[in-house]
Amino acid sequence: MKLLQKPWIWSWVAAVAAFGLTIALTQGRGASELGYAALSFGAFAAIVGLGQMLVITLGPGNIDLSIPASMTLAATLALKAMGAEPGSAWLGLLVALGVGLGTGLANFALIWALRLPPIIATLAASLVYQSIAIWSNRGLRIKPPEALADFATGRMAGVPNVAIVAVVLAALVWLVLERTIWGRWLLACGQNLRAARLAGVPVEAVRAATYVAVAVFASLAGYLLASFSGGAALNMGSEYLLMSIAVVVIGGTSIAGGMSNVPGVWGASLFMFLVVSMLNSYGAGAGVRMVLTGVIIIGIVIAASTRRARQ
Amino acid sequence: MIRLFTRYRILLPVVSLALLLGATFYMQPRAMSYFGLNLLFNLAVPIALATLAQMMIIMVNDIDLSLGAFVSLVACVTATWLNDAPLVGLLILLVLVLAYAAMGAVIHMLDLPAIVVTLGMSFVWGGIALFLLPSPGGVSPDWLRALMTIKPPFVPMAVAAAVLIAALTHLLIMRSGIGTVLRGVGGNARSVGRAGWPVVRLKALAYGLAGLFGVLAGMALVGLTTSADANIALRYTLLSVAGVILGGGEFTGGKISPVGAVIGALTLALAASFLSFLRLSPDWQVGAQGAILILVLTARLLFTRRDAQA
Repeated sequence: MKLLQKPWIWSWVAAVAAFGLTIALTQGRGASELGYAALSFGAFAAIVGLGQMLVITLGPGNIDLSIPASMTLAATLALKAMGAEPGSAWLGLLVALGVGLGTGLANFALIWALRLPPIIATLAASLVYQSIAIWSNRGLRIKPPEALADFATGRMAGVPNVAIVAVVLAALVWLVLERTIWGRWLLACGQNLRAARLAGVPVEAVRAATYVAVAVFASLAGYLLASFSGGAALNMGSEYLLMSIAVVVIGGTSIAGGMSNVPGVWGASLFMFLVVSMLNSYGAGAGVRMVLTGVIIIGIVIAASTRRARQ
Repeated sequence: MIRLFTRYRILLPVVSLALLLGATFYMQPRAMSYFGLNLLFNLAVPIALATLAQMMIIMVNDIDLSLGAFVSLVACVTATWLNDAPLVGLLILLVLVLAYAAMGAVIHMLDLPAIVVTLGMSFVWGGIALFLLPSPGGVSPDWLRALMTIKPPFVPMAVAAAVLIAALTHLLIMRSGIGTVLRGVGGNARSVGRAGWPVVRLKALAYGLAGLFGVLAGMALVGLTTSADANIALRYTLLSVAGVILGGGEFTGGKISPVGAVIGALTLALAASFLSFLRLSPDWQVGAQGAILILVLTARLLFTRRDAQA
C-alpha cells in the first residue's frame, strides 16, 4: 500500500479514530458540531504548527520558543491599533503582520549576529516580547471590530472561516516547499547545512526567511485567535508552545530536519483537539486527560520510528 | 586577560554573577548581610537543583522539556504523600526516578527524539500532578521545612547549599570515572560504545541522575513554599536550560560544567531580585530578565570567538 507509507497518514488515521470513538459514544449525534469545532480550533494549531514545521525543517537545534509571545504581542498591538473602530480590520492585520516581521527579524538577528543557539535566543527574546505586550496591554480588554469578530467566528459553506484561512496557508506552504527553489533550498539546508552552503545555497537568507515566516504565522494566529475569542489576553498563546511542536512531530515531520510534511500538520492539529474532546466525552478528568494525551503522543512517535526502522 | 577567560570557561559565569551581585549591593547596600543574602538567593536552591537535572540531560546531547512538569509533580507528591505517609511517599519518589531512567533507556534503544518524548512526558507528569492535587494545597513535611530554613553560622543556608551541591556534583561529573564516561556519551556515544561501555545503561544513568536532581528540586521547593500546586514549577523547564547555558554549558558534545550550572542558576535567581531593587516597572521585569540573559551570552560570545581566531 503506497498510501500507508506516507508519513502523514498516521496523524489522519489517529484523528479519524478519535472522531469515530467520540461519535460512537453519542450514537452519531453532534457529529457535525464536533467536526466544526475541530476545524475551528485545529486551525489555530495548524497555523502555528506550519511555522514551527518550517523552522524544525532547518535542522537540529532550530526551534522557535517565542511563538506564544509573538502571538500575544501581535494580538495586543493589533487590537490596540484597531481600537474597536469599524472598518479597521485590514489595519489590524497589517499591524499584526508587521509585529511578526519585527519579532522574526529580531530573533534571527540574535541567532545570526550573536551566534546564540536558537532555543536560547528565541527564549530570551520571548521574555522581551512578553514585557512589551504587558506594557502596552495594561490589563485593557479591547474588543475586536464587529466585522472582524464576525469573520473570525463565521463560516462559509459550512466550514469555519479560520479553517479556510489555515487550509489556504497550508496549501501555500506546500506549494513553496515542493514547487519553488526557495523550498528546495530550505530542505537542502535541513539535510546538510554545510553541503548546502558549498552548493551555493544562500544559507543565511534561507534561515532568515524561515525565522521571519514562523513569527509572521504566529502573529497571524494571534490576530485571528484574539478576534475569535473577543479580545487579547496575556496568556492566550501559552498552550501553543507545546502544541506547535507536538503537531509538527505527530504530523510526521522529521525532528532531525530536512523533511517537512504539510498535510500531517493539519491531521495532527485536528487530532490534538479531537483526542481531548474524546477523553472529555468519555468522562475523563483533567488529570487523566493530560496523562492519556502524553501517552498517545509518545505512542505515535514510537510507532512512527519503528515503522521507519523497518523500511 | 582575554586568554585567561578562554582558558578557564568557568570565569565568565563567575564574573557575571559577581558583577550582578555588586550592582545589587550598590543599589541596596542593606542586602549585604546574612539576612539580605538569604532573601536574595532564597529561591535559588530549587532552581540550582533543577538546572543540574537539566545539565545531566544536556550532557548526553538531549534536552528535557518535561522538567518543569516533573518538578511540579514531585512538589505535589512531597506536599501530600511524603507528609501523610512518608514511606509511601519515598516509594513514589523512587519510582519517579526509575521512570526517568527508563525514559532515557527507551529514548536510546528506540532512537527517539528526546525533545518529543519529554514533551509527551510533560503531559503525563502534569496530568498525574493534577490528579494528586487538583487545587493548590498540601503541607510541607516538618523536617523538610526545618531543613530549608536552617540558619548555619556565617553563611546563609541558600549560599551554603549551593556551594555544597556544586562541589558534590563537580566531584561526581568532572572528577569520577563514571562522570567522565557519561560526558563521553555526549561527546561521541558511538566510540564510548565501541570501547565496551553499555551506552543504554549510561544513558539510563544520566536520565536517572536527572530524575534524582529533579526530585531534590521539587522537595527543596516545597520546603521553601510550604505548599504545592500542579503548576508550581512549570517555568523551571526554560529556566534550567538557560541556567546550563549561562554556566558555560553547550547543547552538544558533553561540554558542561556543574559549578557553572549552579552559578548560572544563582545568576538567574539574582537577576529577578536585582530588577526589583531597580524599581523597574513590573511590566518590564520579565523583559529585563531576557535582556540580562542576552547580555551575558553576548559577553561569552566575545571570548569564544577570540578563542576560535587564536
